[in-house]
Amino acid sequence: MTAEFQTVFGSLQDYAKGELEIINDSPKNYAFSNVFDVAARSAAYEKVVVAINLGYVLETLRAEGTSPWFAASHDEFAIVMDGEVEVELVKLDAPAGPPSKKGAILLPGNPAGRRMGHVKCKRGHQVLLPQGAAYRFKAARPGVILLQTIEGELSKQKWREICYT
Amino acid sequence: MSALDVVASPASNETGYRSFQLGSFSFSRDEYFVRVGWEANGQQLSHKMSADAFLRAVMRDVAWGFFYGWVNFDAMIGTRNLYGKVEFYAGTYNPAYKERGLDHMETFDSRQIMATFKAMLDDWTNEGFDPFAAPDETSKSWLGKKRGNNRGAIERERQACKRMPGLPGDAELRTDANGYPVNRAFADVSQEEPEIHAEPGFENELHAFSLFAYLSRSDVTWNPSVSSVLERSLCCPTTEEYILPIKHGNDRVEWFIQLSDELEWQIEDKNTGAPRAKVIMKAGDVAAMPADIRHQGFSKKRSMLLVWENATPELPQLYESGKLKPYPVEF
Repeated sequence: MTAEFQTVFGSLQDYAKGELEIINDSPKNYAFSNVFDVAARSAAYEKVVVAINLGYVLETLRAEGTSPWFAASHDEFAIVMDGEVEVELVKLDAPAGPPSKKGAILLPGNPAGRRMGHVKCKRGHQVLLPQGAAYRFKAARPGVILLQTIEGELSKQKWREICYT
Repeated sequence: MSALDVVASPASNETGYRSFQLGSFSFSRDEYFVRVGWEANGQQLSHKMSADAFLRAVMRDVAWGFFYGWVNFDAMIGTRNLYGKVEFYAGTYNPAYKERGLDHMETFDSRQIMATFKAMLDDWTNEGFDPFAAPDETSKSWLGKKRGNNRGAIERERQACKRMPGLPGDAELRTDANGYPVNRAFADVSQEEPEIHAEPGFENELHAFSLFAYLSRSDVTWNPSVSSVLERSLCCPTTEEYILPIKHGNDRVEWFIQLSDELEWQIEDKNTGAPRAKVIMKAGDVAAMPADIRHQGFSKKRSMLLVWENATPELPQLYESGKLKPYPVEF
């Protein structure tokens, strides 16, 4: 084996989808998609579900420009898969919704609360979006975010459009 | 006998290795092979594995605490986690043995089988052989007669955070200083960390880290850590090189997100081992692993994989009873 290695990450500009070789199964059972392919076809900050497990989801967001303010009654975690994304956070004076409401919700206008600060992320960086905080994303050029959260009113499921069938 | 008693022979005069007994199963090793013996239908039966393959498989079972569902060491033997108890089987998921009544399975207290597996690992892992390492990174000292041990390698703790690594009181990030140099296969991965600009008073609440740099410093293969926890939703990233040493049989749906490079999964029926599909994943690909399959991964270059699990305890019963379908979504 050679001592030289090249690690291959994907990006909106340069990605290759893998393959399914079906022997005795349905391709739909694997719900096979690609986050860059999904983001390439998404509107800015559209929350497209790429993985779901009984209410828990992983969503792909196309980061482009400044997002609206979001908040959730639970922690969320964002991984920047491509691009540079700044995350701005505000500690909310009051919960944005009842604790029983899961998933992110949109906040109208600017959130009432104390500025917590901001985080500048590049590819491969993971940022905590803590419970009780409002957050928004800023991206000067298109990027891709993978978000660990819970299915909510903003989550969009469009499996037939994004998966191998 | 207490639950933690390990039944073992004295060291063999010929090879230096001890033999072990777990219920009615016998385990022994020689210079090349591990032999597992059992009785079924009035017959004495046995199965052999290359000792390095056996040690790599047992290492995962121990490190993962028997994981979710089935850990097939190969097409013949393995464990099923019943969460508090563990089944060890031979031939149970091999149709040729099962149909002729030549399979055997016993259920053990998890602590007893864990103690026995740890004792086997300790005795059968020679100095210089690391069952967690890729073949290119460790020696061939697994073969031959007993020579020392490698406790530093086999006693590694799985790195599981409570919320996210690097938070106060949570799992540590990986650095040169705490013994996690960048792996040779990820020398080109950026080590730049995110810029955190916290307002006064929020220094411990704003948090971010480079997941890719963290993974580039993983010192093990095919051994997921936990990098974020949202209730029962666990992100478990791992680095993969060569072949997953076991075939994981799912007792729930899990999801794979390929973060870098390429990985091929061979998918088989969980109960019979009949081939069902191959899933070839490249960077950015997302795929579900249904609850009725077993899978084994092949990665020609060390790659980064995000395994996403739902740790809800009721899931195995819900899938087993048919209340949940084995695939995650209908479309």
